[in-house]
Amino acid sequence: MAPVSRGFHGRRRPVEDPSRVPPGQYVTGDFPVLSAGPTPRTPLTDWTFAISGAIDEPVSWSWEEFTALPAQTVTVDIPCVTKWSKLDTSWKGVAVDTLLEGVTTAADFLTAWCDGGYTTNLALEDVRDGKAWVAYQYGDEPLASEHGGPVRLLVPHLYFWKSAKWVRGLTLTFDDEPGFWETYGYHNHGDPWLEQRYQGD
Amino acid sequence: MRDVIDETPRCRSIVLDPPAWPGHRAGQHLDVRLTAEDGYQAQRSYSIASAPEDDGLVLTVERLDDGEVSPYLADELRPGDELEMRGPIGGYFVWEDSDGGPVMLVAGGSGIVPFRAMLRHWAAGDRAVAPRLLYSSRTAVDLIYREELMHLADSDGVDVRFTLTREPPGAWTGHRGRVDRHLLADVSWPPEDRPLVFVCGPSAFVETVAQGLVDTGHQPSRIRTERFGPTGT
Amino acid sequence: MEAVDGNAIAGRLFEHFGVEMTTATGTCAHCGARAQIAELRVYDRAPGAVVRCRSCGKVVMVLVDISGHTRVHMDGFRLFTTL
Repeated sequence: MAPVSRGFHGRRRPVEDPSRVPPGQYVTGDFPVLSAGPTPRTPLTDWTFAISGAIDEPVSWSWEEFTALPAQTVTVDIPCVTKWSKLDTSWKGVAVDTLLEGVTTAADFLTAWCDGGYTTNLALEDVRDGKAWVAYQYGDEPLASEHGGPVRLLVPHLYFWKSAKWVRGLTLTFDDEPGFWETYGYHNHGDPWLEQRYQGD
Repeated sequence: MRDVIDETPRCRSIVLDPPAWPGHRAGQHLDVRLTAEDGYQAQRSYSIASAPEDDGLVLTVERLDDGEVSPYLADELRPGDELEMRGPIGGYFVWEDSDGGPVMLVAGGSGIVPFRAMLRHWAAGDRAVAPRLLYSSRTAVDLIYREELMHLADSDGVDVRFTLTREPPGAWTGHRGRVDRHLLADVSWPPEDRPLVFVCGPSAFVETVAQGLVDTGHQPSRIRTERFGPTGT
Repeated sequence: MEAVDGNAIAGRLFEHFGVEMTTATGTCAHCGARAQIAELRVYDRAPGAVVRCRSCGKVVMVLVDISGHTRVHMDGFRLFTTL
């Protein structure tokens, strides 16, 4: 191991309930901003959200239509693969279950695609049954652009790189097609409780 | 770590004695890694503030309020402590006597650090052509190495200009305001002299200055940039 | 999100390649723009370092640390030369 730096602790928070924190994670009070590229800015007048790919009929919503959908407010812990976890974060958004209502598909996977070109892949079962949302509010505020606004995917049971920022749609696929970080060596699934950080973990 | 020097309320210099130090070039940096007892690690890059000729390797650290590494280096580190470092690193943002001149240095905030190394290296060498420095800071009290820079101006003919962006009205009689094309044109070597221009500081500062230099006729190939991120480097 | 530049990954690249890399020049596979590594746009607040062409914004290089080893993906370059 590297030599210990006397007196160094970092900015971590003490963990009151270790059972809430996945292995190898540290709790932070901040909300670090991580990004693979510049913050995209799509005017809401041009913005749409779409479900497409291996379905009979693609569906899409304008911003007005999207924000008129029934929404939920949830409080979740979020784990980043870079080892920080943030507890009790509050979000408001449309459940992916709601977006998939009426969608018939034989596909088992999807690719979330985003303004700026970012993608991530997910199994359909990882976004169904109350496990995922497309969120437009963080706390009491509209989601800030640096944190993925106007909307980001929220899949808190997986490492947070799967919660794609600036998401614009979900493309349903028959195969599990690695997205941006997955192509560069990160895990296709990304379960923090199994420490699935990298391919092969 | 050998010694500390308080430079400004926000900045502290630390003097290091690395064993078997191979020497460095002015403008290079170090990667510093901290490890907590439970294995937690954080790493940051810091420009070397000392010249190759100086005794002791110096880093100058700006304490960032929400920083992970800088508060440790600026407040906690004590003489006798050890630091894990990698370096010296860098071959692009470096200046040696043999590179010639004329040289123009434009610094934003803690971007002044690598330029201290370059200026001290210049002062220890042939001193063929005196460099020009434009240093933008928030307030007068935040100017790092102010006395040393003024000494270089008075004794060695280095053209040192400061500009402050948030200094309240008062004793300061120097320039106020952000670095813009007009200030650059006023202070810099003219483009016809083909100066080597180094720009260092936060990303937004470097972008604005580099663009301003190109707008005033400087060749992009003669401009070298080093950008700090939101947490220093 | 403000980017830094290739100076920020100089140490990692030196460890990986064994030579100073910031003065190496890459040609973007997408738009053909040439730049020194030090001049490229780097997003290093991420699960890796993403290096983008300053002209067209496409990804030219990605550095990822996996189990203590650095992997360097360079498929965004059409050509890459060191001095």
